[in-house]
Amino acid sequence: MDTKKSMSVSTRASDPQAALTESSAGLLRELVAHLRQNRTQLREEWARRITRAELLTAMTEEEIFAEATAVYDNYVEALETGTFEALQAYSRRLSERIIPRGVETDEVVGIVLLLRDVLARSLFTKYQDNVEKLNRILDSYEPAANRIANTVAVGFVEERERIIRQQQEAIRELSTPVLQVRERLLILPIIGVIDPQRARQLTEQLLRAIRANRAKVVVIDVTGVAAMDSGVANHLVQTVEASRLLGATVIVTGLSPEIAQTLVTIGVDLSEMATVGDLQGGIEEAERLLADRAVPTTQVREIAPESTR
Amino acid sequence: MEVPILRQGQYLIASIQSALTDADLSHLREALIAQVGRSRCRGVIVDVTALDVMDSFAVRTLRDIAHMARLRGAETVIVGIQPDVAFAMVQLGLTLKGVATVLDLEEGLAFLNHRTQERFLETKPKKPSGRG
Repeated sequence: MDTKKSMSVSTRASDPQAALTESSAGLLRELVAHLRQNRTQLREEWARRITRAELLTAMTEEEIFAEATAVYDNYVEALETGTFEALQAYSRRLSERIIPRGVETDEVVGIVLLLRDVLARSLFTKYQDNVEKLNRILDSYEPAANRIANTVAVGFVEERERIIRQQQEAIRELSTPVLQVRERLLILPIIGVIDPQRARQLTEQLLRAIRANRAKVVVIDVTGVAAMDSGVANHLVQTVEASRLLGATVIVTGLSPEIAQTLVTIGVDLSEMATVGDLQGGIEEAERLLADRAVPTTQVREIAPESTR
Repeated sequence: MEVPILRQGQYLIASIQSALTDADLSHLREALIAQVGRSRCRGVIVDVTALDVMDSFAVRTLRDIAHMARLRGAETVIVGIQPDVAFAMVQLGLTLKGVATVLDLEEGLAFLNHRTQERFLETKPKKPSGRG
């Protein structure tokens, strides 16, 4: 009961509060009007400060000015409307444009903070005679400005992370090509570090390719692999055996001296694996195996055109 | 479920159509080994394309079929192991050692033709062959 009464009292008493919020909205409007009015001057000041602080060195002065204009307008709009979607979208597009040119995170954060400072400074000079009003203006300006800085920085970092993810994906895809050299002969060059996940992906891709290309012989070239532990080596043995179950012979080539020593020292059983020194020798061996098998198959299938030459 | 055993020239083809129980597998083994002798065939093809699971009993039965058929004078080849099945098998250590495996039925026939021809050449080396 009592609370209800007090609430009704407070609604009546909220009039000054409403006036306060209204006035803070009014302050924000006034602020935005001020920023619009002094757009040219503030924008130039900002661009000057950017150049002086040696930020965005990868860009020309005209570009900096053009971007500064766009950022400024978006900034003011975000202040005015209190919505950050447009700014978010803009900062993502901006990041897309400038990341390939080598712009760093600290530069982006730096320029946004500079803009904050420039605007705050202009507010100081405008309201220096009225400290009380200056305080109120800053009260409504600062949270919004901080949030804007946050939005732009987060947008930039997110875009960077997206690019990194994309590149990782591309590297993974690129690093496991299964190539057909001629009919029934596949080559799988492995380059770089093999972790268990990649080893698994390699095997899956290879087994699918064997099926799709009806391969008889596969040459796995590990020249580009610097090191191999027992897990990866055993996985390689498993790959060889799984390929045999699909009717394909695997030849492993390019085992480096270090890997050869490691494998024997740790005692991985590679006796089931056909190994040849280098890729060239591996392909020659593969051709021999294929030629060997091509003879009897003439009865059931036409010989492949290239082998009848 | 009964596995149909078809005769194709000199070869027997057992085409597994669905997942088999252990009893079905044993039955398939007995039927195949009996027929190898009865039909005097030179090769056996077991098509496992339809199987998406292969347990240790199935693998052992396939291996037994291969060894038993060899004792009865026929080569065996397993065809159509799926990539995923193959990888699962090697992870379980079921590698069908000593048993011929090829991609599909067509390859299986080619393989058996090759094998039987080799044998034929071995037993009659007098006859000169073009590329042999």
